[in-house]
Amino acid sequence: MNRVTIVRLCVIAGSVLAVEALCRFGVINRLTLLPPSEMATYLLHLLVSGEINQAIVQTFSNVAIAFVLSVVLGFLVGAVIHAIPRLRRACDPFLASYYSVPVFVFYPLFVSLFGLNRWPLIMIGFLFAITAMVIATLNGLDRVPPVLLKLARVHRMSRSAEALRIVLPAASPYLFTGVKLALAYSFIGVLAGEFILSGGGLGYAIAYAYDAFDNRTMYALMLFVLIVVTAINSALFIWEQRLLRRRGRG
Amino acid sequence: MSVIPEESGSAYVAGHDSARATQRRSLQRLLDSFLLVAALVVVWQLVYWKSEVAITGPIETAKTSIELLGSENFWRHALASGRAFGLSLLMSSVGGVAVGLALGAHRFSGAVAAPILTALYTIPKVTLYPMVLLIFGLGISAKVAFGVMHGIIPVVIFTMDAVRNINPVLMKTARVFKLSPRETAFRILIPAVLPEIVTGLRVGFSLTLLGVIIGEMFASQQGLGFMIINGMNVHNVRSLTAVVLLLLLFAVASGTVLLALERRLQR
Repeated sequence: MNRVTIVRLCVIAGSVLAVEALCRFGVINRLTLLPPSEMATYLLHLLVSGEINQAIVQTFSNVAIAFVLSVVLGFLVGAVIHAIPRLRRACDPFLASYYSVPVFVFYPLFVSLFGLNRWPLIMIGFLFAITAMVIATLNGLDRVPPVLLKLARVHRMSRSAEALRIVLPAASPYLFTGVKLALAYSFIGVLAGEFILSGGGLGYAIAYAYDAFDNRTMYALMLFVLIVVTAINSALFIWEQRLLRRRGRG
Repeated sequence: MSVIPEESGSAYVAGHDSARATQRRSLQRLLDSFLLVAALVVVWQLVYWKSEVAITGPIETAKTSIELLGSENFWRHALASGRAFGLSLLMSSVGGVAVGLALGAHRFSGAVAAPILTALYTIPKVTLYPMVLLIFGLGISAKVAFGVMHGIIPVVIFTMDAVRNINPVLMKTARVFKLSPRETAFRILIPAVLPEIVTGLRVGFSLTLLGVIIGEMFASQQGLGFMIINGMNVHNVRSLTAVVLLLLLFAVASGTVLLALERRLQR
């Protein structure tokens, strides 16, 4: 482990301990925030008792479907937009301001289109995530070095060979960024949809606990979401670093 | 849509500086944007035919929006959102640029902070909103805090990356001319990283707006977010669709302006 990682871990551990101390010594009111250790113990209790299993399965399966759909369709849409420069310039302002649209407002519309089932929530996560993938795809395709394209022409590669052997590998770091963001935004969309609108899943459980003044459950669930999302992101980050290092060597 | 990639591609590359070519290009661009908007309106109309209970059609919504723009009630809510948004935007821009410059300049702290910032950027902050409410209480401060939580991190990340990736020759020049840290910041650092910062501010702008609106949708009695959630709860589809349309127009208009600014700075 290098120095940067050690300092980083110290910073994180230090902040958690500081919050713990502030809570324990009563500087922060118990009604506002619970000590992190208490959140963790209660979370463990919830997980062991199986009370939240159903919510977990529901949320995660929705996120997974939204994620896969957004990555696949986002890549295809990005490739199409990239191939048509005029369409692209017309789309740019919309892509640039996309994230200020609270997609959740379309929940009632999706309910009337898809029925009162899991699909309205999946659509929210999907719509939130797909733009990240489209933008990343555009970025990646933009940054394929012209030299490589020339190389493909010199070797008289077919269009499919050029796409598979030249364009995709050259654009892959950007595509990977898109995949990471799409995962994050799928989570954000699905959880926010559950939180504000729907009647199930982890987001709903947190809002319900807030309304019922059940701080223990609320903070335990928040901690759970934070841990899971951070763990998945760190795993992707490490994998990405490894891929980049291999590229650097090759 | 009748789009001819080859032609526009060559227009892209050739870049004749004659006034007529420029004029033709901007005319074509206008036409393309118009076609895209027209296509979106057609899709909207189709969706409306499919589910008339959940949305109003384009023409009716336009009428309702104009009515709303003339009503006092709408402006009261818009002003409430505007105030919260303005404050959050100010705090996330100034704070974000300051923190980003500091973390970028001090390489070690930047390296320590980078993954933490990415993690903060990707966590679903909505789930933390109850905590924000408990800390700040109901009212404008919670909304502002939530907006800042959403908006500040992209500004920090973009600014920090810009400073870290700055051309070393520029910093060497500053040292050769023996500029003071203040002069270095204002004469070299900021002009060099400005385009990236504007990109960060654009993303920050969008996410701050999103944060404020979400904040208003949950546990608030004022603002456009409240109007939206209230429209859902009492099934006032007309006002709901119109507020969403106005919000979208505002977002796209601001996005267009910021994007144009960014393009100009990059040149």
